[in-house]
Amino acid sequence: MGELTALPAPDGRDRKHTISLLVENKFGAFNRIAGLFAAKGYNIDSLTVGPTEDDEISRMTIVTRGDDSVIEQIMKQLNKLINTVKVADLTYESFVERDLALIKVQTKPDTRSEIMQIAEIFRAKIVDISPRTVTVEAVGSEQKVDAIIKMLKPFGIKELARTGRVALKREFQGEVN
Amino acid sequence: MTSQKDGSLSPHNRLMTGAEIFVRSLVEEGVDIVFGYPGGAVIGIYDALHDISDIKHILTRHEQGAVHAAEGYAKASGKPGVALVTSGPGATNTVTGIADAYMDSIPIVVFTGQVALKLIGNDAFQEADIVGITRPITKHNYLVRDVNELAATIKEAFYVATTGRPGPVLVDLPKDVMASKTHFDYPKKIQMRSYNPHTQGNKKQIEKAAELINKSKRPVLYVGGGTILSNASEELKALARKARIPVTTTLHGLGSYPESDELAMGMLGMHGTWYSNTAVNYCDLLIAVGARFDDRVTGNVDAFAAEAKKIHIDIDPTAISKNVKVDVPIVGDVKHVLRDLLPLVQTLETKDWLQTIRQWKEEHPLRYRNGKHIRMQYVIQRIGEMTNGNAVIVSDVGQHQMWTAQFFKYIHPRTHITSGGLGTMGFSLPAAMGASFARKDIPVISLSGDGGIQMNIQEFATCVEYKIPIKIFIMNNSYLGMVRQWQELFWRRRYSQVKISSPDFVKLAEAYGCAGFRATQTDEVDDVLAKAFAINDGPAVVEFKVVKEDNVYPMIPAGMTWKELMDVPEEELKGVEGEAPEVEELVILEKG
Ligand SMILES: Cc1ncc(C[n+]2csc(CCOP(=O)(O)OP(=O)(O)O)c2C)c(N)n1
Ligand SMILES: [Mg+2]
Repeated sequence: MGELTALPAPDGRDRKHTISLLVENKFGAFNRIAGLFAAKGYNIDSLTVGPTEDDEISRMTIVTRGDDSVIEQIMKQLNKLINTVKVADLTYESFVERDLALIKVQTKPDTRSEIMQIAEIFRAKIVDISPRTVTVEAVGSEQKVDAIIKMLKPFGIKELARTGRVALKREFQGEVN
Repeated sequence: MTSQKDGSLSPHNRLMTGAEIFVRSLVEEGVDIVFGYPGGAVIGIYDALHDISDIKHILTRHEQGAVHAAEGYAKASGKPGVALVTSGPGATNTVTGIADAYMDSIPIVVFTGQVALKLIGNDAFQEADIVGITRPITKHNYLVRDVNELAATIKEAFYVATTGRPGPVLVDLPKDVMASKTHFDYPKKIQMRSYNPHTQGNKKQIEKAAELINKSKRPVLYVGGGTILSNASEELKALARKARIPVTTTLHGLGSYPESDELAMGMLGMHGTWYSNTAVNYCDLLIAVGARFDDRVTGNVDAFAAEAKKIHIDIDPTAISKNVKVDVPIVGDVKHVLRDLLPLVQTLETKDWLQTIRQWKEEHPLRYRNGKHIRMQYVIQRIGEMTNGNAVIVSDVGQHQMWTAQFFKYIHPRTHITSGGLGTMGFSLPAAMGASFARKDIPVISLSGDGGIQMNIQEFATCVEYKIPIKIFIMNNSYLGMVRQWQELFWRRRYSQVKISSPDFVKLAEAYGCAGFRATQTDEVDDVLAKAFAINDGPAVVEFKVVKEDNVYPMIPAGMTWKELMDVPEEELKGVEGEAPEVEELVILEKG
């Protein structure tokens, strides 16, 4: 979970940034954004898109990396796209983020309960079960989801689906959850 | 829907096809000329166009020509240029022109036909995903999927193309959408929640800029094409003259400040004048106005005006801090920002600085040795002198382009047109055609090399058919001269594929049905120029057989710094071997 941090001085070092943008649901809008990252050679760690409270607008959350001048250009270039309504870099603000993963893990009779214990520790749910597999649904910050995946890996992960980070700026300046 | 008393629909509200709506929308936008080429997917649109006398259609001989013509029209007039082409190959032939307009921020709207909606994606006959293809080279593009959205999309397309940092917009028109019917109602206002370019500069930033200017001892104004796009020449002149700041321009900035003025220093950059590059190197304040720190201007960016504080005025926030970090960025329209800045600046004590620059101008002028064999520099200088700068000169790409920038004295904005960002050979002839529809009052000149002219030479026919009175000057040095120059200087003179042959241009002109002249010696130049300028009822072609191996100087090799600036070589001062001294002279051109 992001904490409110003061803006660091530009130091030319690469950092991870979470960019939240609102775009019009117009033909080609998504391609324009993906195309921009490809054409300018910007990194994308993850990109999510989904509807918002306004049905003409979608929200995209892009996790990218770069030094301050690259991030500045990314923000300006995103803003320049005609379909972009709003762009915000959440990195230096307090924001709530969630990532969701469905993890299908191989089980043997003697490992099943251990897997279920791990899931419990991470407050993850078992959403499917078969003689040879269980599917775990994990929700939380990226680090938390990374951690449970790491814990489950030794058992053998058969399949994994992950949403990537979605984020919103925090209004209440404290911890709720 | 409003109906008349008798129950019939008012003429304004009768149902119209998409094609009719398209044509009516162009009339509403004040479009009076369209450059285009018909085909199956736009046959309905051409049918609707047939009845409209308010719009003149120019049938070019290639769709690339249509787009360059629209660009030339836009650059010369300040109004948006319009091109109309069919789907598939018609659309893909526009790509180079669109990319050119994108790089040079030229407001054009390109309408392409498209296969019917239900066929899109089926590899239908003459289908191309032109919206996908042009996405990275348009400011914005649209696929119209419903005839009810057509009028509003056209309105938006013109608005986006002409506001903010201008650029090309493409509108793809599926055949069935253009055949379906609806009521025509051209929107009066634009409503875009996502696009809202701001023109006013931030007051605080402008104050900071004024402070820097008022403190500076050796300021330079570095002026780009944004100043012309924003029609801000008067504001620029007022600022430079009030504060006594010398002015250098980029290739696209030429014409924004009169080169007859003592504060003018001509062009800067790779082939800029010795003194503007030197002044930029020694200045303590660089004021970039509607310019983008392009690599052809800066060379090695780290060494570019390294000691100077920098102010950057530009309407496009992405242009700021892209290549060079600046001290005071101001996002806004150049005209507005300069207007706000003017009252805050004082008259500076720049007498010594201007005196130093004057001395540099005397020591390192633009010059060439004129002899019996024609130098392009001479032809261009004579065109400038004969027209007194009252001509639109449209150059192509290569050596002649750089000499056109150097040896013509630009006095007025929108008199110099060229392909700068993309460097598109074949641009000049069709762009000059377009420009000539915008400027009937002064001569419009297309100036190409023997290589570039052959890239869109089919447009001779268009010029003849519509009696377009442009002067088509061809500088024939038998080489792809600019590439040859690089091979000579940086590739040990290994001339690989740069020798180029040409048809007999005079006979070719005659075959197309227009006047053709040729000059092979310096003393014939004035005569053929006079003959060409006397023709006003159609095009005139003039071929100049010029010195074959000649180099453009000064030159800062790519990626290098002011320290590597190569001035006109010594031989130029000494004279050409074997030439009788009485026919030779060293010609010096004063810029400012
Ligand atoms: C469409 C295109 N192809 C290739 C080039 C690369 N190029 C730049 S200048 C030049 C030579 C131009 O020769 P010419 O038109 O004869 O002009 P000159 O330099 O001789 O004046 C070439 C090939 C280009 N700019 N555009
Ligand atoms: Mg040539």
